[in-house]
Amino acid sequence: MKVIFLLIILSILIAIGFLLAFLWAVDSGQYEDDYTPSIRMLFEESTDKKKRK
Amino acid sequence: MNAFTPIKENKISPNENTCYHCGEDGNAELVLFKDKSFCCQGCKMVYEILNENDLCQYYEMDQQAGVSLKGKKQTQFAWLDDDVVKAQIFDYQEEEIVKVTLYLPAVHCASCVWLLENLYKFNSGILDSKINFLKKEIKLTFDQSQTSLRQLAELLSSIGYTPEISLGDLDPAQREKVDKKLIYQLGVSGFVFGNIMLLSFPEYLGLNEINAIGFKEWLGGLNILLSLPIVFFCGKDYLKSACLSLQKGQLNIDVPISIGILTLFLRSIFEILSGAGAGYLDSLAGLVFFLLIGKWFQQITFNHLSFERDYKSYFPIAALLKNGKTIPIQNLKIGNTIVVKNKELIPADGILLKGKASIDYSFVTGESDPVAKENGEQLYAGGKQIGESLEIQISKTVAQSYLTQLWNDANFSKTNSNTTQLLADRIGKYFTYFILTTAFLTLAYWLTIDVGIAINAFTAVLIIACPCAVALSIPFTFGNAIRILGKQNFYLKNTAVIEHLKQVTTVAFDKTGTLTTNTGTDRISYTGTPLLQEEKEALAILVKQSSHPLSQQIFKFFKKEIPIKFIIEKFQEMEGSGLQAVVNQLFVKIGSARFTQNDPQANAQVFLQINGKTKGFFTIENKYRKRFNKILNYFKDNNSIHLLSGDNDQTRLELSPFFGKNLHYLQSPNDKLNFIKNLQSQGEKVLMLGDGLNDAGALRQSDIGMVIAENTNNFNPACDAILDAKAFSKLPQFITYAEGCIRLVYVAYGLALLYNSIGLSFAVRGALSPVIAAILMPASSITIVLFGVLASTLLAWRLDLGDKNHTSN
Repeated sequence: MKVIFLLIILSILIAIGFLLAFLWAVDSGQYEDDYTPSIRMLFEESTDKKKRK
Repeated sequence: MNAFTPIKENKISPNENTCYHCGEDGNAELVLFKDKSFCCQGCKMVYEILNENDLCQYYEMDQQAGVSLKGKKQTQFAWLDDDVVKAQIFDYQEEEIVKVTLYLPAVHCASCVWLLENLYKFNSGILDSKINFLKKEIKLTFDQSQTSLRQLAELLSSIGYTPEISLGDLDPAQREKVDKKLIYQLGVSGFVFGNIMLLSFPEYLGLNEINAIGFKEWLGGLNILLSLPIVFFCGKDYLKSACLSLQKGQLNIDVPISIGILTLFLRSIFEILSGAGAGYLDSLAGLVFFLLIGKWFQQITFNHLSFERDYKSYFPIAALLKNGKTIPIQNLKIGNTIVVKNKELIPADGILLKGKASIDYSFVTGESDPVAKENGEQLYAGGKQIGESLEIQISKTVAQSYLTQLWNDANFSKTNSNTTQLLADRIGKYFTYFILTTAFLTLAYWLTIDVGIAINAFTAVLIIACPCAVALSIPFTFGNAIRILGKQNFYLKNTAVIEHLKQVTTVAFDKTGTLTTNTGTDRISYTGTPLLQEEKEALAILVKQSSHPLSQQIFKFFKKEIPIKFIIEKFQEMEGSGLQAVVNQLFVKIGSARFTQNDPQANAQVFLQINGKTKGFFTIENKYRKRFNKILNYFKDNNSIHLLSGDNDQTRLELSPFFGKNLHYLQSPNDKLNFIKNLQSQGEKVLMLGDGLNDAGALRQSDIGMVIAENTNNFNPACDAILDAKAFSKLPQFITYAEGCIRLVYVAYGLALLYNSIGLSFAVRGALSPVIAAILMPASSITIVLFGVLASTLLAWRLDLGDKNHTSN
């Protein structure tokens, strides 16, 4: 039964990973504009756009 | 939200009669270029620019992609080279790399986004450009060693997207900052809530077999560790607010909540460490998580609206000096001579030196008819010149100008106290007394029997009585109500406005722009003996001399009659009565009934007398909003109503059936403000409906300032609520709805009380187990949330405010 300690620790670590991912997403401003990306994704990517960021 | 059609599959070949760039129907003046037709040189030029840069894909996405440049002049941005101005506009600067956000009102379709995000093809100094479509903003990152802000602004302007940079952009306080703290708190509390719940399952299910290996203690320790961020990060704001409120000697809703949070936390730690039990940390995490969701739900932002604007958002940043230099307007000094071009705003009070001034003060007074001014006359800041360029000598600095001074009034520096949740805090007070009494009674009762049970029961009461459900009811019910009203084009600043709406006892109306529309002209009619041509000419000349709005309107009526030669003698303008002069040997007198010795008549405002004989009168009808009488009657039945108008009293007869004696004409912005103050000192709760900047003071002073906006994207002064003019006739429904929602909150309180009394019945007996607490708390919270949202939606349908009436903006 001792394996349960390991499992719990792992599950919390994974959950912390998701929490950090969420905090990062908020911080990077992904939730500030939830409309324009829906337009942007319809554009055809021109080849030289990829080179720049 | 926005009607928007993405890329169209079938290209309709451009009609030969429409402009290839902006899609406007061409008239005879089409400009041809490379077998494409354009409506004007401007559009052709944009096409050439795009063509050169290989960006013609722009036209394949949306019909009418382009922004028409007809009649627009290239805007000058020389003032963007000023280092002080630049530093204030930049969001971020590191060495040569600069980030800046600009507002581009012309953004309207997918093609705009595409073109503007490909901006780097025009100018290699641009590293990145990103559009926020709803906010119509572009975020630019560029290299200052290769290009300048001025060049970028001029580039944007040359392709039709002229950035709008106002004085407000320089004021850091006016830039909206997204507060991400709540989102972080929400994320963390959700994480903690989920994990503590999972870890508590063994306790709920009573798995005793693994206890031997110290599992229980280990889990307890883990739970304490997890709960630390809940109390000290997520719940921090509640504790702070409770402390502040106690310091002020008040009890708000956060006090009982904080008592609950702290008791839960401390008792759980004690239980776990002493091995007496598993504690209530799951309930604690759930409580904070739900509270934060409520707070988040309550925060509604309408992307295209701002409730905090003042004159600065509308003033230009720089002025053009006579010597051709531009300077930031804060640096304007008394005695400077500036040039104000067509459709530009006068930034500071001054004396007209040169040019024919025709100033549109609609921005200040709501009166849209331009006022003519002669050389040497005083011009006030905030007016917009229509016509030729003017030279103005500044007589007051920007901050000291007539209009801007209004903002120096103490009212504008004080923060609006309207954010208080009256209802919740009132309830909070009773709740705190109730909890403390019950808790201490329980304690006193059990102390005579058993000290252990006494402490147990005492803390249990504090925990279970925590007004979580009460605190959730308002955010969800009112938050949902604001969303529903927003879809109906009635936008509230925050949920507190709903409560304030119910308390209103007096309603004050502005006239121009509020009861009447600014769109379309007033109807003028003449009744009486038909006028001869020379009489018409004489009249036209006479009224042209006066800047009075009525004269201006009559002049518009006779504009075509202006003779080439005329002699005007003995011109006199009697303030508040009328005009008279001898024109071409005709003695013309025009003005009020008394001035022309006539009997007053119902709809006659201006009488005309020529050579001592009354010829007839003019009727000038204001264009009132649809069903304004219904609205006025509605408010009249429930409140006392007042009219505060900056105009003269020509509408007294029409409006007195509604307002009785409460008609106040010729009110300056300051008069309006003081009038509201006066009402409030008599204990009235005032709702002010206004529109222009002239109402700004009164709007701010009143308990609820409501702005009627023809176009919600345009100007509106700082206020608590914005009502789209389209929805004006629905105002009574909205108020009924707001009142209904308050009743719903009371019902929710009843439900919460029910749950609390069930919990209390366990608690006072000292029999509150963690499982019961963990079930009761989320159950009551979820019931309240569902009830609040569903009932307020249902109520909206019953009042005909459902989604079906949704008019998209």
